[in-house]
Amino acid sequence: MSGYQDVIVAGFGGQGVMLIGTLLAYAAMEDGQNVTYLPVYGPEMRGGTANCTVVVSREDIGSPIIRLPKSLIAMNRPSLDKFQPRVKDGGTVVINSSLVDMDLADNDRLRTVGVPANEIADSLGNTKMANMVAIGAYVQLTSVVPLEVIKASLRKVISPNYAKMIPANEKAIHAGADAVRG
Amino acid sequence: MSTTGERVLIKGNEAICRGAVDAGCQCFFGYPITPQNDIPEYMSKVLPSLGRAFVQAESEVAAANMLLGAAACGVRAMTSSSSPGISLKQEAISYMAGTELPAVIVNISRGGPGLGDIGPSQGDYFQAVKGGGHGDYRQLVLAPGTVQEAYDLIRKAFDLAFAYRNPVMVLGDAIIGQMMEPVTLGSATTPTNVDQDLGWNLQGKGQRHPRLLKSLHLTDGALAGHNIRLRDKYESMERDVLFDNFLVDDAELIVVAFGSIGRIAKSTIRALRASGKKVGLHRPISLFPFPSQELDRLAASGKRFLTIEHNLGQMVEDVRLAIRKHADSDFYGHLPGNLPTPEDFEQPILAALGVRT
Amino acid sequence: MKNGKEAFTLPGVLADIPTHYCPGCQHGVAQRLVAECLDELALSEKAICIGSIGCSVFIYNYLLVDSVEAPHGRAPAVATGVKRARPEAAVFTYQGDGDLASIGMAETMHCANRGERVTIIFVNNTVYGMTGGQMAPTTMVGQRTTTCPGGRCADNEGQPIKMTEIIASLGGSAYAARVAVDSVKHVRAAKKAVRKAFEAPLNNLGLGFVEILATCPTNWKMTPVQANERIAAELIPYFPLGTFKDVTELETIEGPEVAE
Repeated sequence: MSGYQDVIVAGFGGQGVMLIGTLLAYAAMEDGQNVTYLPVYGPEMRGGTANCTVVVSREDIGSPIIRLPKSLIAMNRPSLDKFQPRVKDGGTVVINSSLVDMDLADNDRLRTVGVPANEIADSLGNTKMANMVAIGAYVQLTSVVPLEVIKASLRKVISPNYAKMIPANEKAIHAGADAVRG
Repeated sequence: MSTTGERVLIKGNEAICRGAVDAGCQCFFGYPITPQNDIPEYMSKVLPSLGRAFVQAESEVAAANMLLGAAACGVRAMTSSSSPGISLKQEAISYMAGTELPAVIVNISRGGPGLGDIGPSQGDYFQAVKGGGHGDYRQLVLAPGTVQEAYDLIRKAFDLAFAYRNPVMVLGDAIIGQMMEPVTLGSATTPTNVDQDLGWNLQGKGQRHPRLLKSLHLTDGALAGHNIRLRDKYESMERDVLFDNFLVDDAELIVVAFGSIGRIAKSTIRALRASGKKVGLHRPISLFPFPSQELDRLAASGKRFLTIEHNLGQMVEDVRLAIRKHADSDFYGHLPGNLPTPEDFEQPILAALGVRT
Repeated sequence: MKNGKEAFTLPGVLADIPTHYCPGCQHGVAQRLVAECLDELALSEKAICIGSIGCSVFIYNYLLVDSVEAPHGRAPAVATGVKRARPEAAVFTYQGDGDLASIGMAETMHCANRGERVTIIFVNNTVYGMTGGQMAPTTMVGQRTTTCPGGRCADNEGQPIKMTEIIASLGGSAYAARVAVDSVKHVRAAKKAVRKAFEAPLNNLGLGFVEILATCPTNWKMTPVQANERIAAELIPYFPLGTFKDVTELETIEGPEVAE
């Protein structure tokens, strides 16, 4: 399928994984693509991780539920443990190396990329932006949507009350992209 | 209300609300139950701001009867719930069918029987399509497979409800309700003027003869005559049948699946097509009227069938009835309690194709 | 009438047809009071009647107003839907004791508690009439019915429910009264109460509720006269007549006073 991408975004509750999943979904829509965003629902919610699945495609999308994803953003160790074995061979895994030992990455089967998202976010003034660093890295690695569209979509997911945070978040997205630029 | 052509990223439950508001829904009556709470929450915020009515009822029983009252006035009105709550609404649905009142009921269904779970399930197919309440009646049932369809079909549900003066159910599940997709919005309809005389609705009689809306027919032959007229009406609904065919023309095997399961099976079919398997998809969108004629046509051309549902086998009975002159249908039932994925359907499809793995 | 003047005419909103009520049944009096009030308040053109299930169901055949039939017990919910869809209509229900105080208790209580601007006419004859005389929530202790053949036993079946007192205690009701139609004096008082029960919602004060104690000679196994006498002898001592609530203007609900 041309231009098809799917990703599971997973982490602790509070790491903002749903926010960057939503951000990616908005960006895909703004980019003129089809997209589905499905937050975890049901028993999985109690597994210690929060996660969502985003599918982006130029074609109409079948399943919004993906067991064997093409890519994974793992913001913490339990997320990597749970989802890395399911990523399709040759798939892309963005690992938050600030919190996860990169020895756990399955380099033989997958294209794994460590990004010290917390440290990078810290250096930009706010650890909470680690999620933005991760999504920046993912978008840079997969080209699922242009980086500019992701940044432009921030205003869709950040409420007007926090509009002053948008420039900092843009920087975090850029820093994530820079961290994985080959 | 929406701006025509505006494209928004929203979840299915919100699409249902926005579709209803844009369709001119004047009254909403609801009661909390997971996983449809987004719907009454949205309506409680939006309807009063538009000068329309929202009531959180004391029960689903009451909500459905409030719907009956509003429908009797000829305004566009709806209720929503999830499976156990829909069971409680069956009384009023039967009365509305008998009284021929136009109403929209949304079921964002969950696992059952009983309290079941709060995950997605298609266990309410029989309840939705075969009656649910008492008596010899039918309701139209529309099953969206995308968030866009959720928006479009709730609007269509209001049109059909008034075209046939009959309850219409929109049957979704937690997948459709909770997932977000882009939706292109349509034009907003102004609510029916409450003074509009539809020839049957209650307004206060004014200068005309009083009207009576009821389902009780005690005189000799009255109920028989009423029910024959209802039957003719139900048969005429055939013209509003809706379905979606995907790669059926050259298919050896046709998967029949509705709602979220239909779109998940589409991914499986795409993957199998890539390895040369001739599989197609028939997705009924209207579950009543059921696309029996189309299935019969496909069966007559020599296709084989596999029905996939998120239950132990309900729609498969209608599929078998539809294709009985030419074929039978295999069945695969995904059980509630875990989310179905495209991979789950691979083996059942290969088995139905007769492929040894 | 050839000689003298007509003393007793049919209210315009009342259909000129025989009713299905048994001899001595007081539904006929109750519905006539409703009809007279609809006429006097000039409501027939904007009234919407919600029929209920029981002997009361055929009210819609006798009152020449727009009507809808509710499932058993659900008339107050249907009335809510009608009123919310058509706020300008004069909406009222006409219900018996089984319908209102048993299967429809939740709908009745919540309709009143929300203060729906509707009128509830409650005809209490202490028995399920149409189904053949079974025990009702208002059946008197000791009263024999087909489902309490030894007489209602308070230990087993509880005490008869006093609906007017309950409705009066709810925040949304504006008017709640219990009346009887066993004497001319009581009929006159009953008429005033029915009228006030219609006026309260029309004046946007809240829900109007009137309970009418009524006979059921057939299921009480009494002559009409005996049944009428039972109202004063047995029912009124337990179900006291009177106005239990009469809000004449919207009360502003204020929070507790805060000390300076």
